[in-house]
Amino acid sequence: MISLTVNGVEREFDGDPDTPLLWYVRDELGLPGTKYGCGTGLCGACTVHLDGVAVRGCQASVADAGGKAVVTIEGLSPDGSHPVQQAWRDQNVPQCGFCQAGQIMQASALLAANPKPSDQEILDGMQGNICRCGCYQRIVSAVRQASTGA
Amino acid sequence: MLHYLNQHFSPSPLPASGQAIIQNVSRRAFLKGTTGLVVALQLMPFGTAEAFPAYPHGGQSMPNGVVNDPHVFVSIDADGTVTIVAHRSEMGTGSRTSLPMIIADEMEANWDRVKIVQAEGDEKKYGNQDTDGSRSQRHHIQPAREIGAAVRHMLEDAAAREWGVSMDDVQAIGHEVVHNSLGRRLGYGHLAKAAMELPTPARDALRFKDEREFRYIGKGKIQITDLHDITTGKAVYGADVRLPGMKVAVIARPPVAGGKVKALDSTAAMAIKGVERIEQLDSTIPPAKFAPQGGVAVIAANTWAAIQGRDALKIEWDDGPHAGFSTPAYRKELEASAGAPGKVVRDQGDAEGALTGAARVFTRSYYQPHMAHAPMEPPAALANVVGGKAEIWAPAQSPYAVRIDIAEALGMKEEDVTVHVTLLGGGFGRKSKGDFATEAAVLSRRMGAPVLVQWTREDDIRHSFYHTTSVEKIDIGLDAANKPVAWRHRSAAPSFLSTFAPDEGHKHPIEIGMGLADMPFDIPNVRCEDCKALAHTRVGWYRAVSNIPRAFAVQSIVAELAHELGKDQKDFLLEMIGSPRIVDLKASGMPEDLWNYGEPYEEFPNDTGRLRNVVELAAAKAGWGKTLPEGEGLGIAVHRSFVSYVAAVVRARVDKDGTVRVPEVHVAIDCGFVANPERVRSQIQGACVFGMTAAMYSGITFENGAVQESNFHDYQMVRADNFPEVVHTHIVPHGFETHATGVGEPGVPPFLPALTNAVFNATGKRVRDLPIGDQLKA
Repeated sequence: MISLTVNGVEREFDGDPDTPLLWYVRDELGLPGTKYGCGTGLCGACTVHLDGVAVRGCQASVADAGGKAVVTIEGLSPDGSHPVQQAWRDQNVPQCGFCQAGQIMQASALLAANPKPSDQEILDGMQGNICRCGCYQRIVSAVRQASTGA
Repeated sequence: MLHYLNQHFSPSPLPASGQAIIQNVSRRAFLKGTTGLVVALQLMPFGTAEAFPAYPHGGQSMPNGVVNDPHVFVSIDADGTVTIVAHRSEMGTGSRTSLPMIIADEMEANWDRVKIVQAEGDEKKYGNQDTDGSRSQRHHIQPAREIGAAVRHMLEDAAAREWGVSMDDVQAIGHEVVHNSLGRRLGYGHLAKAAMELPTPARDALRFKDEREFRYIGKGKIQITDLHDITTGKAVYGADVRLPGMKVAVIARPPVAGGKVKALDSTAAMAIKGVERIEQLDSTIPPAKFAPQGGVAVIAANTWAAIQGRDALKIEWDDGPHAGFSTPAYRKELEASAGAPGKVVRDQGDAEGALTGAARVFTRSYYQPHMAHAPMEPPAALANVVGGKAEIWAPAQSPYAVRIDIAEALGMKEEDVTVHVTLLGGGFGRKSKGDFATEAAVLSRRMGAPVLVQWTREDDIRHSFYHTTSVEKIDIGLDAANKPVAWRHRSAAPSFLSTFAPDEGHKHPIEIGMGLADMPFDIPNVRCEDCKALAHTRVGWYRAVSNIPRAFAVQSIVAELAHELGKDQKDFLLEMIGSPRIVDLKASGMPEDLWNYGEPYEEFPNDTGRLRNVVELAAAKAGWGKTLPEGEGLGIAVHRSFVSYVAAVVRARVDKDGTVRVPEVHVAIDCGFVANPERVRSQIQGACVFGMTAAMYSGITFENGAVQESNFHDYQMVRADNFPEVVHTHIVPHGFETHATGVGEPGVPPFLPALTNAVFNATGKRVRDLPIGDQLKA
């Protein structure tokens, strides 16, 4: 039995401990905001926070999350008002939107660890999250806005 | 595009649809009929009907045509909430927002009181829903205005009746109808019932807003309707719908197209906890259209178990007739084919004679491999087939095609199949093909339970409907004064026709009209040839389709020849285009059925003045000719596709280790009237990233018939650490009289040659084989 918290709620899981967090939150908890994009840690669509750090939900298992706090896009803020979410809307970042939960989770963890990143740090910090629609220019602007308020 | 293909193969052409209620009104006839109205309407706040003359467009000839019945698209609640149906699929272009926005503006609805609902796949009700070909604006902006104007008319009529006054004395403004002189007003909610019970007004009774009165159209201030849901994880995509008792299936498909299962051992798969059943699926005999490829499905209680189960299957495959397909050998075949005469698809003057008599012939050949779309959302669909009915949730570009395919696969009547359209996590042409939804439907019926089919990324890369691969060989004959007098373009590329009909190795008119036969240069002798190429995989279409390799070849050779002749590449490009003119199809020896993206040529002609203009605009904005640091270069390219004109100037920097960077791009786009400039800019930014991915990395390699790439490590994407950093989009302004044309796709084709031309100008290295990959590495 593995105990963890997800979006502040205590959970216990007695299934396969190797189950990736991605499929645990999607299939077991009914939180489909975290997306499957590659299953190999190459695209970042499944990014969640594990004790505040961005991890790929397809690579981290439920066992890895034992005793820890998982936050998914659904739990980032109660009403979607996290500064990163607000910046994403102000900059009209999304096109299809599929990768954006992962992008937002990556960006929010990046800013939590480094509130005033340089442009290069933003590029490096976001390079693990693919956007096939090509919203990168606006992603960078949104991270910058969330960081500086401008 | 799908529907055009279906039409092509129907024994008799599909009727243009009795449902299409827009009449093919010529501009002249329309204006003639409105003379009296114009005078009357001078008193009206919304200008005159003349402000919006109807024009014929390709939407009317699409299967099931265009529906502009306001009762189909708009309903108003007693509380004033206006519900507008979005009947096009949303895959990132913004059409789910932009078309309802046009309706709302024309009907004077306040956007914050508009609710958008997504239509099911039902073309008999909504008209054509096939969301590809960059058509949503150009085919639907006009009907959207008609729908909005009709609803506004009905609301005004209802208010006038209630007050017992003439309609001339009332007008709709901001979600209410006001009486011009009495100061009385009635909200849309109050009027809704009476208004919506009125008959649909005739088109010639409608008044349209003057462009100066638009509240939302053309402003770029309305944000996409799903923005909040996307940023909070609430947006629903193909794999996000949950039904009680649903199962998840992951499928092992034949590694080689046309293959089938020879032997199966599922013992290990069944031993995995959560795996419930193994089901073999029938393989199909090509041409299979969009039918599933067959294989073995593992059905489980959850996705993780299904993936593990699929990976534990032991399958021996019969690879079928394409087991010998290999990319290097096939490239040689294409080169041989493009090196010999093909089927002539355009013949102007005497190209052969002019080449023979030329002072010199400049020849270049360009190559592009197959490519996979790789939308961020791999294919996924949920089906619930129970009690003789099928209900599907799918990220489908063409939901009505999915409905028909599933009805056929299950032997059901069309009306017993319902297709709900979720958001698409990217489409790019992949999700025009509903094989993944049919898989879910077949499995759900067998399981007697809802089944979600989830494709893994490996499935997506290895079982796509691939962008064609091509060799494009061009010969330019020059006279003694180095003036181009002959142009011969031979294109060898397998056709997407092979997916629909026995493969004859030749192209569909759609593919011929995408940058081959429609080449606009002012050269007296032109011959274009379609060289034979048989397909060995499922060939589909990918954002911008054949325009990508054609623009790459045509725009590369122009730059190469300019360099050879010591001329400025931009000036030489303009010289090749020649004077501003409407290209005369007949005089140019173009085919009578020249593909003009489905649009009537008279209304949407190939206008070299507009082509020249975007070249000059992009060049001026980019500072063409300026001095750049060592290792940097500007490259220019232009291409007309989807009846839009796009020029790109790319600034490339090539690092000492061969890494290509793109600090800046200037794109000039002439796509006629623009309803949502903000989404045009986002599409152009995206097209540059998409184009850079195609140019830098995209190549699908076949060996023994099977795709070798599998995921984002060997089928790479442009990422945030190296992308076109700043894309400036310059939209050529037009009024509504200049018809809206394509936006989603036409930004892609010019980017690739603009990039490789820039790389040449930065390094002296000419890229003729895509992708660039490691070619520039030391």
